[in-house]
Amino acid sequence: MDTAPNYSDSEERTYTIFAFTENKVGLLNRIVIIFTRRHINIESLTASESEVPGVYRYTIIIRARYEQVEKLVKQISKQVDVLRASFYPEDETVFQEMALYKIPMTSLISGHEVEKIVRDSYARILTVDPQYIIIEKTGHLEETKALFEQLKPFGILQFSRSGRVAITKHMKDLSTYLREQAEAHL
Amino acid sequence: MSVAVEIKEKEPKTEPKKMLVTGAQGVLLSLLEEGVDTIFGYPGGAIMPIYDALYDFSDSLKHYLVRHEQGGAHAAQGYARITGKPGVCFATSGPGATNLITGIADAQIDSTPMVCITGQVFSHLLGTDAFQETDVLGVTMPVTKWSYQVTRAEEIPEAIAKAFYIATSGRPGPVLIDITKDAQNATFEFNYKKWKKIASYFPVPKLKQSEVVAAAELINQAKKPFVIWGQGVLLSHAEEEFKAFIEKAGLPAAWTILGLSGLETEHPLNVGMLGMHGNYGPNLKTNECDVLIAIGMRFDDRVTGDLKRYAKQAKIIHIEIDQAEINKNVHAHVAVNADAKEALQALLPLVEQREHKEWVQSFFDCYKIEFDKVIREQLFPNTPGLQMGEAVRIISELTEGKAVLVTDVGQHQMVGMRYYNFKETRSNITSGGLGTMGFCLPAAMGAKVGAPDRQVIAVIGDGGFQMTIQELGCIFQYQIGVKIVILNNNFLGMVRQWQQLFHHKRYSFTEMVNPDFVGIAKAYGIAGSKVTEREYLQGHIKEMLAHDGPYLLEVVVEKEENVFPMVPAGDSVANIRLD
Repeated sequence: MDTAPNYSDSEERTYTIFAFTENKVGLLNRIVIIFTRRHINIESLTASESEVPGVYRYTIIIRARYEQVEKLVKQISKQVDVLRASFYPEDETVFQEMALYKIPMTSLISGHEVEKIVRDSYARILTVDPQYIIIEKTGHLEETKALFEQLKPFGILQFSRSGRVAITKHMKDLSTYLREQAEAHL
Repeated sequence: MSVAVEIKEKEPKTEPKKMLVTGAQGVLLSLLEEGVDTIFGYPGGAIMPIYDALYDFSDSLKHYLVRHEQGGAHAAQGYARITGKPGVCFATSGPGATNLITGIADAQIDSTPMVCITGQVFSHLLGTDAFQETDVLGVTMPVTKWSYQVTRAEEIPEAIAKAFYIATSGRPGPVLIDITKDAQNATFEFNYKKWKKIASYFPVPKLKQSEVVAAAELINQAKKPFVIWGQGVLLSHAEEEFKAFIEKAGLPAAWTILGLSGLETEHPLNVGMLGMHGNYGPNLKTNECDVLIAIGMRFDDRVTGDLKRYAKQAKIIHIEIDQAEINKNVHAHVAVNADAKEALQALLPLVEQREHKEWVQSFFDCYKIEFDKVIREQLFPNTPGLQMGEAVRIISELTEGKAVLVTDVGQHQMVGMRYYNFKETRSNITSGGLGTMGFCLPAAMGAKVGAPDRQVIAVIGDGGFQMTIQELGCIFQYQIGVKIVILNNNFLGMVRQWQQLFHHKRYSFTEMVNPDFVGIAKAYGIAGSKVTEREYLQGHIKEMLAHDGPYLLEVVVEKEENVFPMVPAGDSVANIRLD
């Protein structure tokens, strides 16, 4: 397991947990119950195939104390179908979320304001329909939230935000970790 | 003999490498490949193809028809604990499978290797709320080490091979294979390969010499070292290494209830039991020692009491195979993340010869205090009623400490483990982590099946006995020669004790009006007797032990006996009470 900086135990922070797994039925369940059993809420969770074919990356965001997250990650690592699990504080990852906003077409016709908001917030218009437009914005939570607030007066018909996807800043690759892990065991 | 060998040698190797079988046959062939010869189970709709196939395998696979699937799971546990081999149990889908769950949860928390095979509805019916359909994988996920649902016959050998490898490797545990009925019926080409490695599974960490050196340094510098050991010593078959280690370094050692019998009770360095109803010395000295050496144990709350006041003065060495246990409850100054046997082998040459005479003696001084205040009156009482302790003492004496003691949960469990004088390893079977009432009778059954030549004694309370009482049927049918001793106080004794001490004697629903236990045994064709007076106790126990076959002895003990010493829940181990 990586040694992340040892933050004082009492402080709750946002941590990113990565789990690399084989694609097995029920594994998501096995990972999630580790949190539920300890009454820990998951802020967001995404899973998709990683850079290694057949290996899936779970990205799980939680707010917890260092000691708590360390114990959780050990429990995740212990699952038979999990290749590797690790965790990082926010500043050691680069991360994004994506949000979609559905706005009535009427709000675009009535003036240039929406267009300006989209431009200023580096969002983009994904779809234009006679009845509505769909705006897409990628960014951090605060940014997608801010755009939500700005668009609110125009009537948001639907809003959906993805979980966080994240990548670590360090240069060590998964296969190196897996090799080291294999070497540390019989 | 020589003739037989000759014939065997002349036999051509005609065994085909591959053959066409049904999934059900494949299950049984796979079990044979894993060396299984004993199964505890109960049939039902969704597992009928497997039972049908079993009809033809009765020469090589002995199946015990339990009377409830929970009994099957506990029997498999008892079998596993005594033999060291994984216990195997069968159950059908739905209620059959859900009835296994208590046993699976027990095996999970007590690291018992077990392979459960459950039938499941046809794969096309999955998720339709079909008859006897339960999401068994879903409901067992939190309490299994691994589980897998098979929907195609071809998957069976691999699933079972993995199941056995996972159940028995590293820190053992229960696994569950759920097999749909169509997969049991389909035919496929059987080809078995044992598994020794799974890419994503790392059961045994490599021993790091630097960790061993650091541990040895602490031990060599210690003035008051104290060893606490758990089931890890037994699971890794490290009893000899463990004994050599404590003898060389002169280390007093105390056990968790799952570590019990790993070292003979009367060994001069065995200072007794840890935890809530453990011995006085081990609890007090936990907070006096300077180096605490934990081996194959997980600092359960019943052992530690309040963690904030647990061994704060000591440097802690934790030898443990499961990385997730290290720093989970107690911070380890030196963690040796490895198999106990390997770690102890590496540690032995590095520790210096020591005696720590005074320090070891201080445990026995505590024992003297405990003996005078508590133990004497339990083992050699003058009370009008019988005491649990004296019954256990007599059983221990008459079996010369060589029996297998199986206990349930509660007062009798604590008394049994405190006062049985163990001479041999793997002789104590109890439900530790989960505290499962009803564990004892079926577990004893499984233990006797696993060790038919040993005397197996099930010491049970009147409450727990009635939770799995139906297994008397299984014991009778197969004439499994367990000796059942009910220590009957007509109370749920441990709960009553807590009500007395912590709930102002408000005995809320703990008194039991019990049936005629001996009469029940007789109805099942099991011999039995009842004893209420001290002068006849020894005679009855002798008669029970001499009886060929199963026997039930009801010992009526004093109604309101308490188990002491006691560390009240959530208190510090230093505040252990003698009365």
